[in-house]
Amino acid sequence: MSVDRFADIVSAVCLLAGASLSFIAGLGVNRFRSLLARMHAATKPQVLGVTLMLMGLALRIRSGSAVWMLVLVVLFQMLTSPVAAHMVGRAGYRTGKVRSDELVVDELTRDLEAARQGEEQGEEQGEEQGSRPGGPSAT
Amino acid sequence: MSVVVVICAVLLTGAAALAGFRMERGPSMLDRTVGLDVLTSTIVGAVALEAAWSRRTDTVPILVVLSMVGFVSAVTIARFAAHEPEGAGRVLTRDEVAQLEAQRLRAERDAEDAS
Repeated sequence: MSVDRFADIVSAVCLLAGASLSFIAGLGVNRFRSLLARMHAATKPQVLGVTLMLMGLALRIRSGSAVWMLVLVVLFQMLTSPVAAHMVGRAGYRTGKVRSDELVVDELTRDLEAARQGEEQGEEQGEEQGSRPGGPSAT
Repeated sequence: MSVVVVICAVLLTGAAALAGFRMERGPSMLDRTVGLDVLTSTIVGAVALEAAWSRRTDTVPILVVLSMVGFVSAVTIARFAAHEPEGAGRVLTRDEVAQLEAQRLRAERDAEDAS
């Protein structure tokens, strides 16, 4: 088997895997019920799916400059998709679309409540002492 | 190779259709954003598949641009996401639109009578 033929077969496998990941993400986005579960499904093609498909493309075209551009695409995808997911998740939490009772670990709610309690206690202490009007800010 | 390309094309079309379905159904702005992200990565996959099929490299810059600006929509919408009332994420039926219109006309007439 020649090298070209082998590279073509590997590229076909990579393309198939990437396309199936895209399809699985489409299914997951429709089947899951909450925003966070849908985000979990949507992340699959964004990094691994695109990486696999571009690997398949790189093995198929096998020319220097285009392959470096594909590496750049994967790098950009890895940089930008966490930013987008972070923003969507944060906005979802702030607009009340994340239900705390469905989560196994919910550190953000716990920390926010602790901070609020600390602030209230600080205000009470400040009133008793009379010298610190705002109280220590709980951060 | 052509069999693989056909299977991949079918899978990608299905993924795009499902993502579009989620974008239409909502129910919130953020769910639509997630659907849009899936659609963007599916488009990246489709362009890559076409380039792999015909062994061309002139469409690769499209992939670079898509991966650079694909996340802007999600960030923008997430930045302006607000509380949405229950039931705001669907298209109104014809009867509901007529009801709202009648309400508005009545309010206008009341305002004219008062003045």
